[in-house]
Amino acid sequence: MAEFTEGQELPELRVTPDRFLTYRYAGASGDFNPIHIDEEFAKGVGLPGKILHGLYTMAQVARAQTDAGGGPESLKRLKVQFRGMGLPEQEIVVTSKVVSVGDGVATIQADAEQNGTRIIRNAEAEIATD
Amino acid sequence: MPVSTSAIGKTYAPTTYAVGREKIKEYASAVGETNPVHLDPEAARAAGYADVVAPPMFAVVYKSPAVIPALFDPEVGINFAMMVHGGQEFVWSAPVVAGDEITTTASVKDISERASMGFFVFETTSVNQRGETVCVGEWTNIVRGV
Repeated sequence: MAEFTEGQELPELRVTPDRFLTYRYAGASGDFNPIHIDEEFAKGVGLPGKILHGLYTMAQVARAQTDAGGGPESLKRLKVQFRGMGLPEQEIVVTSKVVSVGDGVATIQADAEQNGTRIIRNAEAEIATD
Repeated sequence: MPVSTSAIGKTYAPTTYAVGREKIKEYASAVGETNPVHLDPEAARAAGYADVVAPPMFAVVYKSPAVIPALFDPEVGINFAMMVHGGQEFVWSAPVVAGDEITTTASVKDISERASMGFFVFETTSVNQRGETVCVGEWTNIVRGV
């Protein structure tokens, strides 16, 4: 189990989804909403183009926590609000900071940023510490 | 048109999802997981799991068959053209590994309206074949212009 201290920053996670990522994530997750896989449809409803699945971006926030926590079972809770939209072929940076530690749990605040916009803001995570 | 709150508390028929090794690998690869416990049965066994273990966010895969009927329920009345996924929460309490059968029950937790937006909150509880709760999830979908 990992050790955490209040105010500690967890390792940043950086990932650049490639141009075909939304197709692979659609297949893996079963979410084939055309805003994620059809460029023309997405533009037709006022989006800049195909957008990332919010739950893909949430999975990147989760990955930053499980990497820091020492494995998949370390993550006990994750709550996010989706703000803005993520795009393929642009780097996502997940930053995470320990807010408090106690009762066997470290509480983390995390953000996912792309192009200077926080697409997930003030995510709350709980990682087991024992 | 104001939102209808009549569906609050409605619970849907449970769905059961059989967790497969290759599906976990497919999902893990799509989200960029590199931890071998998700990809390699030998590594998973060495770490004490019966088979490859699902990343926590794999919950969206085994929960979606239960969530979709709730989202599309005419009594709930979501206008999909105007819907955005506003928020998501998961609470995990036990690991999920290949070979597990996960039964999920979805319900409508809340429907409300403020500032011409509808807020539709769905809750799902997933249990494994031994009756242990593995994950509780909460979806918040926002519909503009209600």
